[in-house]
Amino acid sequence: MNSAQTRLLGIYRDAPAAAGAMEQLRAAGFRGRDLEVLTGTMYPAGAFGEEPVRHRLFVYPLAGAACGFAAGLLLTIGTQLSYPLVTGGKPLLSLPPMINVLYEGTLLGAILLTFLGVLFESRLPDFSPTPYDPRITEGYVGVLVTCPAERVSQAARVLRDAGAIDVIGAGAGAEGGSPAPRGVEPAGGEQG
Amino acid sequence: MHAYRPRTPAQINDDLLHFVVRTPRWFWFAAGGLGAVVGAGVVAEALMVLAGLQLLGLTNTVMWAVLITNFIFWVGISHAGVMVSAILRLTQAEWRRPITRAAEVLAVFALVTASLFPLIHTGRVWRTAYWVFPYDFARNVWPNVRSALIWDPSAIVTYLLGTTLFVYAGLIPDLAVARDRTTGWRHWLYGAAALGFRGTTRQWRLQHAAGMLFSALILAVFISVHSIVAWDLSMALVPGWHTTILAPYFVIGAVHSGVAGVVTTMVVLRRILRVADYITLEHFDAIGRLQIVVALAYLFFFLSDFSFALFERDALEVRIWELRLITPPTNVLFLLQVLATLIIPVPFWLFRRFRRSVAAMFWTSIAVNIGMWLERYILVVTPLSFKQPFVFTWVTTYEPRPVEYVFTVASVALVALGVLVFAKLLPIVPVWEQQESQVVHQEVAAGRARLPAVIRE
Repeated sequence: MNSAQTRLLGIYRDAPAAAGAMEQLRAAGFRGRDLEVLTGTMYPAGAFGEEPVRHRLFVYPLAGAACGFAAGLLLTIGTQLSYPLVTGGKPLLSLPPMINVLYEGTLLGAILLTFLGVLFESRLPDFSPTPYDPRITEGYVGVLVTCPAERVSQAARVLRDAGAIDVIGAGAGAEGGSPAPRGVEPAGGEQG
Repeated sequence: MHAYRPRTPAQINDDLLHFVVRTPRWFWFAAGGLGAVVGAGVVAEALMVLAGLQLLGLTNTVMWAVLITNFIFWVGISHAGVMVSAILRLTQAEWRRPITRAAEVLAVFALVTASLFPLIHTGRVWRTAYWVFPYDFARNVWPNVRSALIWDPSAIVTYLLGTTLFVYAGLIPDLAVARDRTTGWRHWLYGAAALGFRGTTRQWRLQHAAGMLFSALILAVFISVHSIVAWDLSMALVPGWHTTILAPYFVIGAVHSGVAGVVTTMVVLRRILRVADYITLEHFDAIGRLQIVVALAYLFFFLSDFSFALFERDALEVRIWELRLITPPTNVLFLLQVLATLIIPVPFWLFRRFRRSVAAMFWTSIAVNIGMWLERYILVVTPLSFKQPFVFTWVTTYEPRPVEYVFTVASVALVALGVLVFAKLLPIVPVWEQQESQVVHQEVAAGRARLPAVIRE
């Protein structure tokens, strides 16, 4: 994020209110890519009018499978040829037993890179100080706006006008206020 | 078919994290009791290190017995856990939501337990390490990858890593929920494990894609691993083992025992975590129907194995089946196996009333797993009893010794302890999936009735 950029988080009681806030922010001139929705669970794509998510996760298992297959070849062919010891009169390079190790190597590579791909494409780990509120995992919905410092007050106003019960972040001004639900830390914390 | 009960996210969090944030007194008794049984297994292992294989009932011919049976049994249990989870995810079956993680966690601990047995089986474990390490890499000597005993570790390592990552990837959003509901060091620990997950649209889309991809990949590993375990036996030129049907027979047997293992876990978790509103009778009904299909597929392979062996008219094969069918005590074990895996449970599962009875499902699932353990035991031990003797002092009669019983009971306790401790530290019923089920449900009118409908992307 650009250092001149600021992040504001509006907290809404439910999804329709958050979807309305997204609409109003866009109408006020905020770009779709500067708006994020934080939820405690998965909502159907487009539920908040957000931009479609593009990712390349499906490339990772293919790349991992290729690496795993190569490692399998090295293990099966390389190790047998490095010290060519014939056992039981069997050929040094025999396909049926090699296939097992190649298969497992291929899948292991695919799984490992898929996992790394999930983290990378999800932008995790992310311990940067970003406005966050524990109420999000209690069913509240957050709308996160990234904007230049000079537009912070406008963004905060739009968020509040759209029905935000809290606006969190530098320059948010006076916060609305409903107490945090039971079992939840006070709002306004930064996660990181 | 899945009944929809509206709940707020806060209610779901309260219900499913109750056991994570508060520790009831019984937990310490249960963990202590299971830990004591595991401790007995550790003592047995210590005795094995001191005295070696003579503590087991192994003979000249029956050199694989209870410990290898335990290995195969637990690998089997681990398989269906992940299979149930992966297939239900791929088919987007709504009723999967409360049971997937328990099935996956059962798989992880079953696999860890299984992988201990080949090591225990070597007797003096430190000697095994002495034989293997340091490997002579300096002179370019490497393990012989043409050996079936190399395939096994490669498959199990792949499966264990894959399953663990599968569980962790799906757990990240719930770690964020736990982070938001705890304070102090637990808040810090859950926060670190949640990797800063905040629930952005991007993170949720990736979570969905990851579930699909991991399911597809793990299914491919699942089929291969138990096939390779079967090849540990069938690649040997031992009558009774040396058959091409053994790999699919093992896989379907693994699914049979594993689904039963998942049912047992569901019943126990439902009871101890008080999540009867989440793991409902409809879930038992659905999984009971799945069990009928699996049991019938198992019956097909069971009969095929039997008929192929007799159709060959190979003298040794016939003798092995005589031992299984006629000679006591093996014939009694064989009868128990057939009763417990097929004849007793399947008629129960045919009736909706029994499928919706938690007690009936629990006891039939226990019966299936006792039967499947006996099946593995008979399959491992009986063919070895007829190996050709080389000397006249050949001893063929095998009887398990106390140490082997202790290891078997300790392995059950180890898996149970692992699942219990996991459930204490982390939500074993997926919180975010339950919340998602509330989001994707809508009610539609059918005449005057209102029925639950599920919307999807």
